[in-house]
Amino acid sequence: MFFLVIKRILLGLITLFIVSLITFVGVEILPGDACTTYLEREAYGAALEACYERLGLNVPAYERYISWAAGVLQGDFGYSLSGDMKINDVLGPRVKNSMVLASASILIGIPIALLLGIITALWRDKMPDIIISTIAIFSMTIPEFVSATLLILIVAIWLEWLPGIVIVPTGVSVYELLPNIILPVIAISMIMTAHMARMVRSSVIQVMASDYVQMAILKGVPYWKMVFKHVLPNALLPAINVVALTIAWLLGGVVVTEVVFNYPGLGRLVIESISNRDLPVVQALAIILASIYVSINLIADLMTLMLNPRLKSLQIKK
Amino acid sequence: MKTSVQEIKDLTIGFQSQKGEQISILKNISTTINKGETVGIVGESGSGKSTLALAMMGYVKHGLFTISGQCMFHSNNLLEMKNKELETIRGRKIAMIPQNAGQSLTPNLKIGYQIDEALKLHTDLKKEDRDKKISELLNKVRLPSPDTMAQRYPHELSGGQQQRVAVAMALAGSPELLLLDEPTTGLDVTTQAHVLELLNFIAKDTDTSMVYVSHDLGAIAQVSDRVIVMYSGEIVLDGPVRSILKNPIHPYTYGLLKSIPKLTLPGLPNSMSGSQPQPGSIKSGCSFYERCEFSDDNCKIKTPTLEYINDLNTYVRCFKHKELTNQNDLNSQTVKSIENKILKNEILDLSNVSISYAKQKFLEQLFNKIEDNNPTVKDIDININKGETLALVGESGSGKSTILKSIAGLLKTKDGIIKFEKDKVLSNDLKERDNSYLRAIQLIFQNPDESLNPNHTVEEIISQPLRLYFGLKGQELKNKIIEVLDKVRLGEFYLTRYPRQLSGGEKQRVAVARAFAAKPDIILCDEVTSALDVSVQAAVLNLLQELKEDFGTTYVFVSHDLAVVRAISDRVAVLYQGRLCEIGPSKNVYKFPSHPYTEVLLGAVLEPDPDIKPKLVAEDIVEEKPPENGCSFQGRCPRILGDICKNEVPPWQTSESGNLIRCHIKIDDLKNQQSLN
Repeated sequence: MFFLVIKRILLGLITLFIVSLITFVGVEILPGDACTTYLEREAYGAALEACYERLGLNVPAYERYISWAAGVLQGDFGYSLSGDMKINDVLGPRVKNSMVLASASILIGIPIALLLGIITALWRDKMPDIIISTIAIFSMTIPEFVSATLLILIVAIWLEWLPGIVIVPTGVSVYELLPNIILPVIAISMIMTAHMARMVRSSVIQVMASDYVQMAILKGVPYWKMVFKHVLPNALLPAINVVALTIAWLLGGVVVTEVVFNYPGLGRLVIESISNRDLPVVQALAIILASIYVSINLIADLMTLMLNPRLKSLQIKK
Repeated sequence: MKTSVQEIKDLTIGFQSQKGEQISILKNISTTINKGETVGIVGESGSGKSTLALAMMGYVKHGLFTISGQCMFHSNNLLEMKNKELETIRGRKIAMIPQNAGQSLTPNLKIGYQIDEALKLHTDLKKEDRDKKISELLNKVRLPSPDTMAQRYPHELSGGQQQRVAVAMALAGSPELLLLDEPTTGLDVTTQAHVLELLNFIAKDTDTSMVYVSHDLGAIAQVSDRVIVMYSGEIVLDGPVRSILKNPIHPYTYGLLKSIPKLTLPGLPNSMSGSQPQPGSIKSGCSFYERCEFSDDNCKIKTPTLEYINDLNTYVRCFKHKELTNQNDLNSQTVKSIENKILKNEILDLSNVSISYAKQKFLEQLFNKIEDNNPTVKDIDININKGETLALVGESGSGKSTILKSIAGLLKTKDGIIKFEKDKVLSNDLKERDNSYLRAIQLIFQNPDESLNPNHTVEEIISQPLRLYFGLKGQELKNKIIEVLDKVRLGEFYLTRYPRQLSGGEKQRVAVARAFAAKPDIILCDEVTSALDVSVQAAVLNLLQELKEDFGTTYVFVSHDLAVVRAISDRVAVLYQGRLCEIGPSKNVYKFPSHPYTEVLLGAVLEPDPDIKPKLVAEDIVEEKPPENGCSFQGRCPRILGDICKNEVPPWQTSESGNLIRCHIKIDDLKNQQSLN
């Protein structure tokens, strides 16, 4: 068990290393470099030299990679081009804002998804299932930029209940941020919740059809006790990994939604820094997003390992 | 007067077809289960026997519904009860022991908890008393060290142990009626015999009524007082076990009994043609009409009713039962004896073969070596002559299928050489094997549902070997496919069918046809009849034998069913834990089994005759790994000598009758002690 955890963590680190290499090489082989894109038409002579000097671009690529990687390991991503700011200072509040958005979506989305999934499975082919499943399929098929735009149109413009776009500065406190995130959270969690609810539904239905559930019924176990003791633990286990994938996928959804709502998070920063050709920031964002992705999947794997008695004892035997 | 426990009255259960018709799966079933009685319900798959057993608990599967009739349990109709009321009966008054205990125990709950759950629901015992009761129950079903057992998860037990847990769980509520749905199907022969013996003991000990559902007449014969035979959703025969099995007056039961291969009768059993009709396809007349050898035109028009025969105390649904009353040839030699032309030249030679499932470590992979001192299969020396049928028998884990896979090249050997036609060494790597060798060795798998591609038509399935090995095309290919299909008695009309449109027997015929299309020299048969119903099994065995006689093909036949092996093989090799125990001509091995393990195996075989009881000589312990030193059977051997068996690998000895036996006990002693049993 212990070795397996270590192995998974090591694999995650290797993945991150490869991602960092790919982004670094990718940036390297783009025509031009940070200085030429930044200086544009002034990219010659002394200005260019000075820029190279400042960013340390005048040393060989592998040396730059090593010093960059060493910096990243210590939590230092270097300087951004556009604002001459430390990337850490740029990232800090953005990460916080995005975390607020994502965790609100997850905290609201997962319980609703579980609940809806279980309800639709237990009332399979009956009214509650038909209604919820139809809505779920509907909301799954609408991309978030469409649903986000529609939400703005209906809630903000027609009904005038909530602000349509976020116009607070980047560094505000969580409390001030809250009223602004309601619409983005709805837009993001709609698709995610629908996806997860469908997954949970099919997983519960599969377990309900299993021999051991039939056995529990024939043993005289009351219905709800059977659902909680015999069905849910076995049905939700395989759902953990899917939930993890959905959360990881949510990162992409966050980017689009943030842009639509003008939300000061990581997603908007990705778009901004790409259009500004701020390559150091792009590089830093790639690493951060990759590590979130890797760690979510790692957590899901570990949870499955802990909760599944089959896997647990298998590892002990070895 | 006997008191009845459950009375089933005119029960019809069915489903709604897509056209809106009501199609019944059970038709007008009426019967009574008495107190203390064990009733066996026997029938092939699709006969409705499981649906009936579930109805006896007031449970109807999703998609099915009760059309008419009642299941009366002490003057209450279970089928009309509310769930709340049923919860007080299920597990407490009526308990179920399921077919596959492995899948019927909830995987995330410890078995102690699962038994405790039943106790909590159905008794008023306090926590400490319940804990005591759990150990008591586990003890009663003869599980070792009950206290540690209760702390285990279902997957940590062997199949036999899981089945025992299911029995313990069913006994927790001390029910009046126990329903057993194929409780021993899927267990090894020795385990099966032990579980049945336990059930018999419990029935006597607690005076519980039992309903034992099975397709296996051998198991039914061992436990039942009364037998109900079902066909196509109807009861066709219902009476005392001896009258049913010794004097079956219904043609279906008669045919069924004749199609079972028996240990005492060498040769192939008679097969019954056709298969059970689809539910709803029979509108009038007898449902067995199509397959019956005694039927006449009257049977097609008029529907027989269940008639009581006083002399035999039996109910029968047949117009012709009188003709069968005096048919007494069940055990006479109507079976076809097999005669294979065995040529003197060796076609396959395995020398010193060992196979390991151990995962290669990184370094070993680099040097392409497997280090495993205790491989799954070890020291297999077998040679097979052209035209012979060699059977490999043993319980699960004996390595019989593993050896087949290695011959086919699907699994690499660790040591040893496999030679084809004396001098051609078969490469360990399938990719390096010449196409002609691949053609020469064909494999037929156990389950045709999994071995036939569901998206290919029969034509595409059979065309593949023909195209691959002979490069046939166009009309020539089509003619050849029809010719091959003809050989397995499937007509041209099957060409466009998909596997799902075929019955189990037809699917296996297609699999046989695919193997024969390659014109192989050797066919490896891996449990080819295990997934089939008995009547179909006999037909497939007969087909295999005919094809062999036509083409002179050599068979390596793997099976756990000793009676089937007896029927079809020339020579038998008995395996335990991947090591050979005994090898010799079938007639000798079955007549004078010398190796202790062969004796144990043969003793546990269940014959469809209530007067032949299995002999249980050894404990049914499950060993996970073969022992590192000494004899492979030391852990379970009833005749173990002592240290010599634990430390030294036993030598090969030859018996008078020509069997090779691997045992430390001297040949003469082996024989002498045997006659004492």
